[in-house]
This record gives sequence, C-alpha cells and structure tokens, in this order.
Amino acid sequence: MSTPRPTTVSIEEYLGRNRYEVDEEHAHITIAEHPDPIEFAELVRVCPAALYKVDEAGEPTFDYAGCLECGTCRIVAGGRAVATWAYPRPTMGVEYRYG
Amino acid sequence: MADFDAIVVGSGCAGPAAAYELAKAGKSVLVIERGTTSGAKNVSGGRLYLHALRALFPDDAGSAPLERRIVRERVSLLSADSATTLDVTDELMRDERYESWSVLRARFDPWLAEQAEGAGAEYINGIAVEELLKDGDRVTGVRAGDDEITADVVLLCDGVNSLLVPQAVGAPRPRPDQVAVGVKHVVELPETVISDRAMCADGDGMAWLFVGDATHGRVGGGFLYTNRDTISVGIVATVSDLMESETPIYQLLEEFTRHPAVAPILEGGTVVEHSGHLVAEGGYDALPPLVGDGVLLAGESALMCVNAGYTVRGMDLALAAGQQAGRSAAAALDAGDTSAEGLAGYRAALEDSFVLRDLRTLRRFPHFMESTPRVFRDYPDLARDVMRELFLVDGTPMRPLAKAVPPIVKRTGYLNVAKDLVKGMRSL
Ligand SMILES: Cc1cc2nc3c(=O)[nH]c(=O)nc-3n(C[C@H](O)[C@H](O)[C@H](O)COP(=O)(O)OP(=O)(O)OC[C@H]3O[C@@H](n4cnc5c(N)ncnc54)[C@H](O)[C@@H]3O)c2cc1C
Ligand code: SF4
Repeated sequence: MSTPRPTTVSIEEYLGRNRYEVDEEHAHITIAEHPDPIEFAELVRVCPAALYKVDEAGEPTFDYAGCLECGTCRIVAGGRAVATWAYPRPTMGVEYRYG
Repeated sequence: MADFDAIVVGSGCAGPAAAYELAKAGKSVLVIERGTTSGAKNVSGGRLYLHALRALFPDDAGSAPLERRIVRERVSLLSADSATTLDVTDELMRDERYESWSVLRARFDPWLAEQAEGAGAEYINGIAVEELLKDGDRVTGVRAGDDEITADVVLLCDGVNSLLVPQAVGAPRPRPDQVAVGVKHVVELPETVISDRAMCADGDGMAWLFVGDATHGRVGGGFLYTNRDTISVGIVATVSDLMESETPIYQLLEEFTRHPAVAPILEGGTVVEHSGHLVAEGGYDALPPLVGDGVLLAGESALMCVNAGYTVRGMDLALAAGQQAGRSAAAALDAGDTSAEGLAGYRAALEDSFVLRDLRTLRRFPHFMESTPRVFRDYPDLARDVMRELFLVDGTPMRPLAKAVPPIVKRTGYLNVAKDLVKGMRSL
C-alpha cells in the first residue's frame, strides 16, 4: 500500500464555512492510544474532513472539532484504531445549512 | 401501557413518511431527531425523483421546497485532461410521472417534518436516541439522554450510520465494501449564471455524473447538481477501495473541482458548505432483517439505496419504505400484534413495490463495479483517444478510423471490452 500523496487543499478553510456547535468538554470520538499505523493511514484517506493526520514526527493526531458525523471512520476502524464512536451530545456538532 | 403507540427514530426521508402515515391512521407517534432542526445532519447529492413524494402527499407535493427541475442529464467519462460526455435533454423529464428535482436537505427535510407534525406526530429535536429498551428480544422503547420512553413499536429511520440497528435486529454494522463516503461542496453563484452555464431556463436544471478521474480511477464517481442559486458538487467513493487510495477523499474533491471540464461551471463561485456523509451501496444482498419483535427498519438504516453508477436513488426509496413501514406498523397496532410475525407484512409489501424490486434488479451491480476496475481506470482514456482521432486536426494526413481505432481498443483487449459490456448490461 502506498503512502497518501501530499495534499494541496486547505481543508480548515472549507470547514470554517460550516456551522458547528463545538462541545469543548466532550470528545464524541476517541482514538486508541497506539493505533495500528496501517489502519491509521486508511483513516487519513477516508475522513472527508481530514481530521486524521500524521504529524511531522510521524505521530498520529486526531481532532474531533471539525467532524461531519459521517461515520466513515467507524466503518473502517470502529472498536480498533477508533476506540469509541458516538453521536455528539444533545444540540452539539455540525449543523448543515444546505445539506 | 406504553407511552406512545409508535416511536420513530430519525427525521430524514423515511422517518417523516412513516410518522405521517401513523398519525393519519390515528396512532400516537413520537419522532426523535438528533438534529436541532430536521435536516441539520443530512446530506444527499441530490436529486429526488418525485414519484414517491406524490404517492405520499398527492395534494401537497408541489409545495415542497425543491430547487430546480432536472431537464438535462449528463454523464462523463473523465480522464485527467479530457471528458467524453453524453448529454441528454428530453421533454418527458417534465412529465409528472418521471419528474425529478434537485434538493438541499436542510431545506427539504424540515418541510417533510412539518407534514408529519401537521398530521399529529409529536417531535423531539436535538437529542439522539442512544439505546433501545428491550425486554428479552423485544424492543419496547428508547433511551435518549436521561429519558426512557416506551412504545408498542419502534421504527428505525436513523439512516446509513445507524448505531441502533445492531441492537435492534442483531445485524453487524456495514462492511467497508457495502458503503461509500460522499464529500460535497455547495458553491454559491447567481441564479442566472447557473442557468446559463447549465444551458437551462431559470427553474430548470442539470444533473451531471462523472466516472474515472473524479476518483482517480477508484471505484466511485463525481456528481454535480444545479440548485436554484447554488451548485452541489462532490465525490462518492466506495470505502473499501478508498482505504487504499493514493489520494485522500478531500483532495480528490479539490482536484475534481479544478478539472478543466468542471472548473468553468464553478468559476467565481464561493464554497459555502463542506459536507460529508455515507451512502449505502451493498445492494439487495446487504439488507439486514427488516423487522424484529417490536421494531421495523426503513430507508438507509436498512441500507436501501440504489447505486447504478449513472444514478443514485436513496431518497425516493426511503420515502416509499417509510410510508409502507408506517402503514404496516399501524395495521399491526390495530391487530394488537407488533411481534416480528405481526410486522411481517411490511417486508412482503416492499418486495412487491419498486423499493425491493429495483434493489433486486440491480443485485449484481455492486459486484460488477468492484470487480471491473477498467470502468474507472481504462475506459475514460479509451474514449478520449478515440475522440482525439475524430476531432484533433493538425494538418498531417488523417488516418482512416478503421485503422486508428483498433489499436486504441486493443490496449484494453477486445475480449475484455466485450466481456465488460456484457457483464455490465447483465448487472443493470
Ligand atoms: C453524497 C450523497 C449523494 C446522494 N445522492 C442522492 C441522490 O442524488 N438521490 C437520492 O435519491 N439519494 C441520494 N443519496 C442517498 C440519500 O441521501 C439517502 O438514501 C436518504 O437520505 C436516506 O433517507 P433516510 O431517511 O433513510 O436516512 P437519512 O436521510 O440519513 O435520515 C436519518 C435521520 O436520522 C437521524 N438520526 C440518526 N441517528 C439518530 C439517533 N440515534 N437518534 C435520533 N436521530 C437520529 C439523522 O439525524 C437523520 O435526520 C445520496 C447520499 C449521499 C451521501
Ligand atoms: S465521523 Fe466522518 S468526519 Fe468525523 S472523524 Fe469520522 S470520518 Fe471524519
């Protein structure tokens, strides 16, 4: 399996156009302490919000704040690299204005 | 005594349809939707075929907030530097029987919810059902936050990423080859600019699907739908294949929107939303059990979605399945038996309707797509190279087509092309 190509998109800027009610106190998705690197690379490829990243030191990072609540990471690695997956708490998370 | 006759989980397409039928039949029904407004969590491409909406609301379907009537149909084979496009216009697309419209779910879903509320359904918004209440194998209600609410029957209309289906009927969550992930931009442009670029009158619109380079040859495709004053443009990619892709999905979208065949229609527009959602594509063979004791599944919670490559249909299936689920649940309540046997009429009715018939007709299509990477990798280039022989002229003497085309087809192999054609036709 090849490593994902470098990207040219500024995904943060796009996510900035969305409306979110961010739950600062509670992460609705949590990542395993030492996720399998191959599985983590798969998450990097499939997450439409680019929330799974490998940083310069080669460490996996994840930020739930821009989550689109699609569930793709749960399908790929639920119960493994993605340790827990739930919908955000009441009234929290993304609020599509167009959909 | 249960708190309600029926609880409907989710107010997308299937949920309000089910709740509307139940309320109309005089049943007490509670809808629980996790979005603070219905539609706030939902994404489609999207084009809605109107037949199912008319069957549900014969008098009121015309007042639904729809975007543009689709009167131009395009399908492109996309290479990195070219597009070979089939462009169809047909006055029959305006006929009530076949009509389809582009929709934006954050506008459409609240209208559907209003129809259900208008008929008497009660609504709780902004909280997710976390768990089903069960008595042995029987579903008896739901837990949402600290509240436990009971009902004689629960209808799961909670969509493709249902966290409740495993608990309801014991089916595992979908596998990566049974779902695709979609990522979409909504791009704002003046209404008249969109009409001009789509070569349509205001109020009329275009649906455009892309195979090939949109997903860099991976299983999936691109889509573009014109709305009133926005354009929906996105990528759908089968998750199992995308997991091995060189290019992450958001980058695929970026490159797709910059493709020379796509960029001009979006030129000068502003991206006003970036969304993501799963879509079921496992077909008939991926369906979980549709009923259990005290519980029914309708719409994409049961993976009901037709993906035939040239079109995606989940909303009309969800509306029709929801309507049938509401009717079957009301009949079971009347008969005083909401066990799996009491609800069995639901599956039988769906098997007779277009919902399961269309899924059965296209049963082999998901496998065809997965097992024929040539559709995504080779044919767009093949089409481009044949068209180059036709249309590129530089003053050097032409080669007769009969000489020029065979070597192009030969690259892929005559036999392969013939086999794929037959396999493709058989799966549709
Ligand atoms: C990118 C993309 C393009 C598509 N294009 C098209 C198209 O062009 N035409 C077409 O017909 N279909 C299309 N579809 C498919 C279509 O969107 C779905 O098939 C359809 O929305 C399914 O309807 P549903 O009611 O079953 O589920 P949904 O519409 O997903 O509704 C489920 C509802 O349940 C709610 N919910 C979920 N869990 C809970 C919970 N635990 N508690 C409370 N509420 C909950 C959700 O918030 C949501 O409102 C597309 C899908 C995608 C992703
Ligand atoms: S649910 Fe979707 S958007 Fe959220 S982290 Fe998982 S893959 Fe990314």
